[in-house]
Amino acid sequence: MTLCALTAPAIADTVTAQRQSQLRNLVHQDCGSCHGMRLSGGLGPALTPAALAGKNHEFLFITISEGRAGTPMPPWKTLLSKPEIDWIVNYLKSPGEKP
Amino acid sequence: MRHFLLLVMFTVLVGSAPAAELRGTGDLGVVVQRASGQLLVVEHSNNTRLAEIDGLGDLSHASVVFSRDQRFAYVFGRDGGLTKIDILTGSIVKRVMQSGNSIGGAISQDGKLVAVSNYEPGGVRVFDADTLDLVADIPAEYAAGKFSKTVGLVDAPGNRFVFSLYEGNQIWIADMTDPQRPAIKRFDDIGQAPYDALITSDGRYYIAGLFGEDSLALLDLWHPEQGVRKILKGYARHDEKLPVYKMPHLEGWAMAGDEAFLPAVGQHKVLVMNARTWQQEAEIEVHGQPVFVMARPDGRQVWVNFAFPDNDRVQVIDVASRKIIKTLKPGKAVLHMEFTPRGEHVWLSVRDDNRIEVYDTQSLDKLAELPASKPSGIFFTDRAHKIGL
Repeated sequence: MTLCALTAPAIADTVTAQRQSQLRNLVHQDCGSCHGMRLSGGLGPALTPAALAGKNHEFLFITISEGRAGTPMPPWKTLLSKPEIDWIVNYLKSPGEKP
Repeated sequence: MRHFLLLVMFTVLVGSAPAAELRGTGDLGVVVQRASGQLLVVEHSNNTRLAEIDGLGDLSHASVVFSRDQRFAYVFGRDGGLTKIDILTGSIVKRVMQSGNSIGGAISQDGKLVAVSNYEPGGVRVFDADTLDLVADIPAEYAAGKFSKTVGLVDAPGNRFVFSLYEGNQIWIADMTDPQRPAIKRFDDIGQAPYDALITSDGRYYIAGLFGEDSLALLDLWHPEQGVRKILKGYARHDEKLPVYKMPHLEGWAMAGDEAFLPAVGQHKVLVMNARTWQQEAEIEVHGQPVFVMARPDGRQVWVNFAFPDNDRVQVIDVASRKIIKTLKPGKAVLHMEFTPRGEHVWLSVRDDNRIEVYDTQSLDKLAELPASKPSGIFFTDRAHKIGL
């Protein structure tokens, strides 16, 4: 609880509410073209909290940032900032209904 | 007695005639509204919306084929849903959940079978086009106990379906002469990671795009005994390969005369290939990484849309000069394009601006806008009579 209270404003400082809404759209619509709009998987693996349960933050951060060699997963670091990638990792791992 | 029966039949027919006027379906189509799980029924004589159909599940990457009478649309949803829609009444006729995760489908030459390409469980399932009852299950077991996602499923002459195995690096032909017992012919080691495929409009050549290497796999269905061969080997050899933010599509690729125009994976280029020799003839620099490269039905123009982050543009290539004659900026995230049957208009879905735009392909002027909720694929009923669509 204390941790949430500390980290939530920190993220909000660097990724504005408007940008969060754009990132949410990016995750579902653009990542969704391979991972499924509901993130339940497609050509790429599922990205639901259950599917990502065994994977730590850093691993997911690096996967998004650098891509995965030998797979179609591209590196996103030229299009997304570090705080934005952090936000996406947290968003993917967070439980609950996603649009 | 006979007269009486005729009288009864006449009464029944007249009595049950719908209030609306009779109409054909040749100028109808459907638009996938992916976020809301809806299908929009549209008509392209006057560019209007006719109906909105709910309850189709997860429609990301959804695609559609039509019955040969052009009345029914079969919708393939990402969540494994297969739905049969009556586009005249704007209603769902039947819906089955046939797998956990699917990517597209095809209808057989005789119109009696609908096949669905599945990621999970990997394989192809074939259904009766009338009832949607399962007719055949074809698990894509490429090695003992190993199943592959299937991609690039098309229909081919001879009541066959052809598809590729993404992890299995194979192409399979399923001959549906005996629908309950498909005869499978497998082609191994066709190349790394086929991600999509197409069949030429004459139904002769099946071509799979390979993600894992700079070439395409070609199968001549007139001569399957010759096996699969690689074409356009090393087409990106002299260029730095860029990250691919959206896999290109090959369906609807552009055949214009003897030339084929196709998207280069990971490059800002459209490749021009001689469709007799399968040799590259030219490459055309374009605005971004192409996703769909589609020829106007007469083959004079080729229209191109792009992957993120360049997906707000559409470029028009003049085939005769191989020059870009127009760059349009319709709006955020142009996902798909569909020409009217004779090509005088083209419809574009502009996903993030929630609309469809209609252009005159001669003047390149915008003619109409239709509201649509996160539109993706646009499918007109003339696809019903085209091999591979």
